[in-house]
Amino acid sequence: MRPFDFVRPTSVDEALAAWEDGAAWLGGGTNLVDLMKTGAVAPTRLIDLSRLPGMRGIEVLADGSTRIGALVGNSELANDPDFAGNFPMVAEAILSGASGQIRNAATVAGNVMQHPREAWFHGPASDPLAGDTGKLAVLGTDGAPAAVNPSDFCVPLVALGAVVEIVGPDGTRDIPVADLHRMPTADDPRHTTLTPGELILALRLPPEAAGFAAHSRYLKVRDRTSFAFALTSAAACMRIEDGKIAEARLTLGAVAPRPWRVAEAEDLLKGQTPGPEVFATAAELALDGARAVGGNDWKIDLARRTALRALDMAAAGTPAEMPALPASVFGTQRKEPAHA
Amino acid sequence: MPDTLDRTIRFGSNSGQPMTRRDGIAKVTGAATFTADNTPDNVLHAVYVPATIARGRVTSLDVAAAEAHPGVTHVLTPANRPHLHGDPEAKPTMFSFRIEVLQDDTVRYAGQPVAMVLGETLEAATEGARLLAPTYEMAPPRVDLDRAEPYDVEPGGFGRPTGASHGDIDAGHRAAVKSVDVTYSTAPQYHNAMETHAIVAAWDGDKLHLDVPTQALSMSCAAYASFFDIPVENVTINSPYLGGGFGSKAVPIGPNILAILAARMTGRPVKLMLTRQQMFGPTGHRGATRQRLRLGIDEDASLTVIDHDSLSETSSFDDFHEPAAGASQGLYAAGALRSVHRGARLDIGTPGAMRAPGEASGSAALECAMDEMAEAAGMDPLEFRLKNYAETEPGTGRPYSSKALRDCYLQGAERFGWAGRPLAPRQMRDENGLLTGWGMGTALFPCPMFMAEARATLRADGSALFETSAVDMGQGALTALAQIAADSLGLPVDNVEFRAGHSSLPDGGVAGGSGHTATAGGALHAAGSDVIRQLGEMAAADPASPLHGAGNASFVARHGRLYVDGDDSRSEPFADILSRAGGADLVGSGSASRPPETAAQYAMYSHGAVFAEVKVDPDLCQVQVTRLVGAFAAGRIINPKLADSQLLGGLIWGISFALHEEAHHDPVTGRIVNADFAGYHVPVNADVRGLEVLTVHEDDPHVNLLGIKGVGEIGIVGTVGAIGNAIWHATGHRIRRFPIRIEDLLKA
Ligand SMILES: Cc1cc2nc3c(=O)[nH]c(=O)nc-3n(C[C@H](O)[C@H](O)[C@H](O)COP(=O)(O)OP(=O)(O)OC[C@H]3O[C@@H](n4cnc5c(N)ncnc54)[C@H](O)[C@@H]3O)c2cc1C
Repeated sequence: MRPFDFVRPTSVDEALAAWEDGAAWLGGGTNLVDLMKTGAVAPTRLIDLSRLPGMRGIEVLADGSTRIGALVGNSELANDPDFAGNFPMVAEAILSGASGQIRNAATVAGNVMQHPREAWFHGPASDPLAGDTGKLAVLGTDGAPAAVNPSDFCVPLVALGAVVEIVGPDGTRDIPVADLHRMPTADDPRHTTLTPGELILALRLPPEAAGFAAHSRYLKVRDRTSFAFALTSAAACMRIEDGKIAEARLTLGAVAPRPWRVAEAEDLLKGQTPGPEVFATAAELALDGARAVGGNDWKIDLARRTALRALDMAAAGTPAEMPALPASVFGTQRKEPAHA
Repeated sequence: MPDTLDRTIRFGSNSGQPMTRRDGIAKVTGAATFTADNTPDNVLHAVYVPATIARGRVTSLDVAAAEAHPGVTHVLTPANRPHLHGDPEAKPTMFSFRIEVLQDDTVRYAGQPVAMVLGETLEAATEGARLLAPTYEMAPPRVDLDRAEPYDVEPGGFGRPTGASHGDIDAGHRAAVKSVDVTYSTAPQYHNAMETHAIVAAWDGDKLHLDVPTQALSMSCAAYASFFDIPVENVTINSPYLGGGFGSKAVPIGPNILAILAARMTGRPVKLMLTRQQMFGPTGHRGATRQRLRLGIDEDASLTVIDHDSLSETSSFDDFHEPAAGASQGLYAAGALRSVHRGARLDIGTPGAMRAPGEASGSAALECAMDEMAEAAGMDPLEFRLKNYAETEPGTGRPYSSKALRDCYLQGAERFGWAGRPLAPRQMRDENGLLTGWGMGTALFPCPMFMAEARATLRADGSALFETSAVDMGQGALTALAQIAADSLGLPVDNVEFRAGHSSLPDGGVAGGSGHTATAGGALHAAGSDVIRQLGEMAAADPASPLHGAGNASFVARHGRLYVDGDDSRSEPFADILSRAGGADLVGSGSASRPPETAAQYAMYSHGAVFAEVKVDPDLCQVQVTRLVGAFAAGRIINPKLADSQLLGGLIWGISFALHEEAHHDPVTGRIVNADFAGYHVPVNADVRGLEVLTVHEDDPHVNLLGIKGVGEIGIVGTVGAIGNAIWHATGHRIRRFPIRIEDLLKA
């Protein structure tokens, strides 16, 4: 076998001290271990974060922001009644991802850091356009073939202006989730902007994020009913005051190497009466500059339709209960228990 | 689940009962041992290196690096691979393929083994295999069926379908007042049984013991023996359970031969288990097809012609052509009927038989074309099929041995609520605004019988042992066959021990072609009948027996007693007859196969009708199958619970074919880029809802003594077309490729 060290620090300082070139942080391992098995990554040292203290809480801070410890489980977060009540589209996004077993094992930090899923990752000299081009980005790459960021969770996080708290050898810093992901290049294969050795301590949602709870939806289009990555997705939320949109947020998923928040569309919606025309214009704006790769023009069309529908659903109001199939176009079917 | 069967007409008290599978508890508790559960002492683990290009040559392997890795014991490459007696380019049995066993450095498809590493641990062998880091000289791969050069399939033998032509095809086309001319595509699909291929091989001198899942024990013994130049008796195969086969575990694959060779070379047992990714290469698949269907009808909406031309992919070095056009034979009454197969060679592994080979893909195209024809005729699709119902086999005129298809149509339609379906598409919406559509398809599957033998032993205590090397691959053979066996002796099934899955037993034949219950069941029944015959002779000759002197009468066995047929007052317990004779076991043997005369005389098929409801989001085009009702007539149903499971499984495969399964090749390397379950989709629970199966009563006096047809594969047939047609009915779009994807509907 391929030998590697396995260390299990019990404090953040110990964890940082354990870092070496070629090491990897281990969260739930649902992504990292898969990649190790295929040989896509070969860390020399695994630093298991599971024993770090104080990283499993969901707390409301004095300033009203909500802080989620890096080791909080995906299922745990989505099923926390207070959290799901305040940030329903975040819960819905999490529950639309992967499967129950994976969500139980996965940590929130691992989720935001998960690797893109390039089909051509393991093969020599393959055509980047091979296979399912629906998984390729149409925005943010200038037409170069690139895998999309696969995380559902990150899409509403970006819409709500979440930040990640990071600690590294040089101290702590915050990065907006919106700035966390990048397109890998030949010179720099990183898919995030973290510097090697930096560790995510927590995610934070700003105080105003809970203000959208009444009109807040995540919608995910996929090629099977559950347990599939998004072809396109959208997180949409708004505050409606006196029949007008006081503020709106719109972020698209699975269209770019990072969640794609569209300030122009949000600005356009502000002050408008919710309705199909204005939503259509916003959705149109959201795809501004999109470029097809490998014949996936349809994806641009689908993303536009997804954005439009998500806005519609958000305007209609957050459902009282989580749909049996969260974020699904078939989510309105409540008669049967969720299988996902 | 509704059951229209009249249970009173069943023979015996066990057959017809929905017995729970006998091996269920062993399976759910983990007591059932599958091949890879065997790890003999001193075992070596084998891991092979799959080619990552589809065409070319291996130019280097870093053998030194692999050998230097701790725990790696041997590296097999074409340079040092020991001699193999059998020619890998020859085919030792009728159902064999050419295989790759490191005969040279050529690469013929991606996933082909190019080296094998043995190690003391699986981890060591895995890392050794990685360290070999092959380099290649790559030629442009041919992996696109639409760019390949088609040729006419030369008929004859396994994988080279003969095709058929009945009536005057040109006249049929000319007579048509309306016609359709459509081409449907189907995608390459990989079997992917839950249990991946595995083998544990151990030599003892020139005797070979194998733990290996196989759908055909005897045939596999013969094939393995021929590769290693040993008598067939020297090969023992233990295959008690299969975690699914679907056709891919019927023939020896190259990696297995390499593992056996490695065991001989090292003098140690060798264990190999393929990874999920390796299941996309040397283990067969359902080849992609392009099927052109030309149908015509006269004024009266009677079919004047069905003209079905199928182009299918095969490998560059062997032939297996998905016999898709064959699906148009035997079903609809058309004046003229033609099935033609053309092939194209690609740099892919050789395709093989995969659940309902030909019928599944062929009916997908045929049933959609029939729907298009019905639309052109302005008729309801069911009415159109009834209009063209065949009372005798089209083309040949042979009578059907039995055909309850009309009942399937009517009962299925009733159950589904087909009446009132709007003729035009895009007419129905559900309460949430989703487009709703209904479609249907006919299912047809032949009822082959192979050859099987069995042994029955009646013991002095009145219990019995039945033996045959039958195969339980999850379908429930261990249970259904035991039911048949018990009935042949008139014993409760709990008094019958049933042994299968081992090559030392009488040849149980092949678990394939949906013919296993009929064939192995027939042999068991014959063996039991042989015991009864002997018992009758003993009793009739014994003055102490109440049956003494009944020599000319026939006997029947019920509840552990032998009765004079037609005279219930004369009977005696088995145990008494045997004990007076000294208490020795009474052994009977039997075999089953179909007499060629019967095969020539009758057209024999299972039938069914499948009705589908789909919902489609009008803007986002995501599709969900919300209901499937399948009504099937398949002769005598031995175990309704297991039969329903088989048929339900078939419906789910239909969803998978219609909406999900598709392997994608990289055009540069030829590799399959979605070779795992994250990328190669099959339905998950949330995709499977509202399934219902009905079995329609059918007595068949000709198909075999027990009237058994087979239910293993027919469930997928008809379902794919029904779903495609329902999608059209929901949306108004004919998507002429499977799987049907969101982008196809968006672009339509
Ligand atoms: C079959 C399958 C289907 C899936 N489907 C979906 C889907 O539909 N939608 C979706 O969103 N996701 C999906 N996923 C991905 C899943 O969400 C991720 O695997 C999971 O969230 C990763 O969390 P983890 O804790 O297991 O991460 P790990 O595997 O432990 O780590 C992932 C990465 O994050 C890094 N990391 C972990 N913790 C930290 C930290 N504290 N600081 C810095 N870096 C860290 C690791 O070093 C590694 O690079 C799927 C996964 C699988 C296997």
